[in-house]
Amino acid sequence: MIAGTVKRLFPILAVLTALLLAYGTYQALVVAPTERTMGDVQRIFYYHVPSAWTGFCLFFTNLIASIVYLIRKNPKADALAVSSAEVGVVFCTIVLVTGPIWARPVWGIWWTWDLRLTSTLVLWLIYVSYLVLRRFSDSAQTPVLAAVLAIFGALDVPLVYFSIWFFRTQHPQPVIGGGGSLDPRMLHVFLLNLFTFSCFGAMVCWWRCRLEWLQREVDEAEAMESLLEPTEARLSKPKVTAGGGR
Amino acid sequence: MNSVRFLWAAYIATWLIHGLYLGSIVRRYRRVRRQMKDLSGE
Amino acid sequence: MSSLRSITFATLAKDIRLEWRSRDAVNSMLFFSLLVVVIFSFSFDPNAEESRQIAGGLIWVAFLFAAVVALNQTWARELRNQVLDAYRVSPAPAAALFLAKALGNFVLVSLLEALMAPLFVIFYNLRALGPAWQLIPVALLGTWALVVNGTFFAAMSIRTRSREIMLPLLLFPISIPAVQSMVEATRILLAGDGSARFWIVLLLTYDVVFTTACLALFETILQAE
Repeated sequence: MIAGTVKRLFPILAVLTALLLAYGTYQALVVAPTERTMGDVQRIFYYHVPSAWTGFCLFFTNLIASIVYLIRKNPKADALAVSSAEVGVVFCTIVLVTGPIWARPVWGIWWTWDLRLTSTLVLWLIYVSYLVLRRFSDSAQTPVLAAVLAIFGALDVPLVYFSIWFFRTQHPQPVIGGGGSLDPRMLHVFLLNLFTFSCFGAMVCWWRCRLEWLQREVDEAEAMESLLEPTEARLSKPKVTAGGGR
Repeated sequence: MNSVRFLWAAYIATWLIHGLYLGSIVRRYRRVRRQMKDLSGE
Repeated sequence: MSSLRSITFATLAKDIRLEWRSRDAVNSMLFFSLLVVVIFSFSFDPNAEESRQIAGGLIWVAFLFAAVVALNQTWARELRNQVLDAYRVSPAPAAALFLAKALGNFVLVSLLEALMAPLFVIFYNLRALGPAWQLIPVALLGTWALVVNGTFFAAMSIRTRSREIMLPLLLFPISIPAVQSMVEATRILLAGDGSARFWIVLLLTYDVVFTTACLALFETILQAE
């Protein structure tokens, strides 16, 4: 009963999220004041940072889901794990694409070993390898292997942060996106987009999760079909010779 | 102000990537529904 | 505890014996390492000043490739003889098996590095301007960082398609902070450019964290295959 209500809620929430996204984009492009030094290009900030935040939240979700799966072997946890990993990679891709696009006109270079950008790159690499493992591993225990990899990735993250942070103190580089304080109007637009993109990320993850669950049920049903069919064929047509089938 | 071109590039790239991913989900949903139909049709 | 140690050493001794008997594999890896050094020397041919800056990176990338080749080898033999199934049913703790394999790989990769390092010194006319003795803990900690995760991920990749490419695919992203530490520490020590202490401590932390994780989770991996 609850599941039914929740399912019906989905389209409404999806539409609401889409409207919020449109509103947030409008705010970012039109309402927010133009930044003094960087000009209008700075508006990329309203997409770049919220996407990073959403991506990291999704990866954190993946970590929790992976741990839950390892302890409880709950298949729904595994479905959530794979979904949040996929959607997280999408959002991280956007961070990695918008970052250089922003850096180029502002600093004249495409890449800088900026803390956020570089740690996003490493996280992206780790989670792409996670998705590759899931794709290439044929055993029934793939979820366990993937969950372990997720834990290794999570252990790696603070080490990545430290190493990049220290590297930057030795080799000073430009900081992409927002050193310094924000004008309150900008802060307002930023927070709005932060909320909007978080909702968007959650909705896509939810949708992906439902797809995953549906796919698994169908695969199971198909497996049962092919298991039962020979028996049924045999029982219903006892006199048919080999090569009968359907 | 050609740096505005970068602004548009970033926003368009964002929605392009999201669009591609959402499209892949839609495609996979269609496949699953087709599989379900095949199953129930037997 | 002593049974863990004796099992570990027994397995390690077996592996080393096997490697010694199949010297071909080791020899071909040695030759591969030599080739890597030569190719790099042809590709990056800087004067003495620049070489100290980039040699750290070159050396460790070369070591990384040699390590991947070695790591891919070691589980292949186990798989061929279904040794993994035997281990799974034996009462020996999985951690002992893992430690033995990791130590065996460590010995093998260190051997390769011991060959490659002098060649790099020769081809690049390297001379350490900083405290050269610190290169030893860097080499030991760095090699262990690669080997411990490499052995673990090699075990994870056994039942995957494209097993040989799977190992570097999993290993490289996770190893990034370790590789950065190794490279920076080497660069600092060669160029005499300050203190490498932070990087050595970071490497040590990496080693402790991931050795613990591997020992704790290897049982899970082994049962999952």
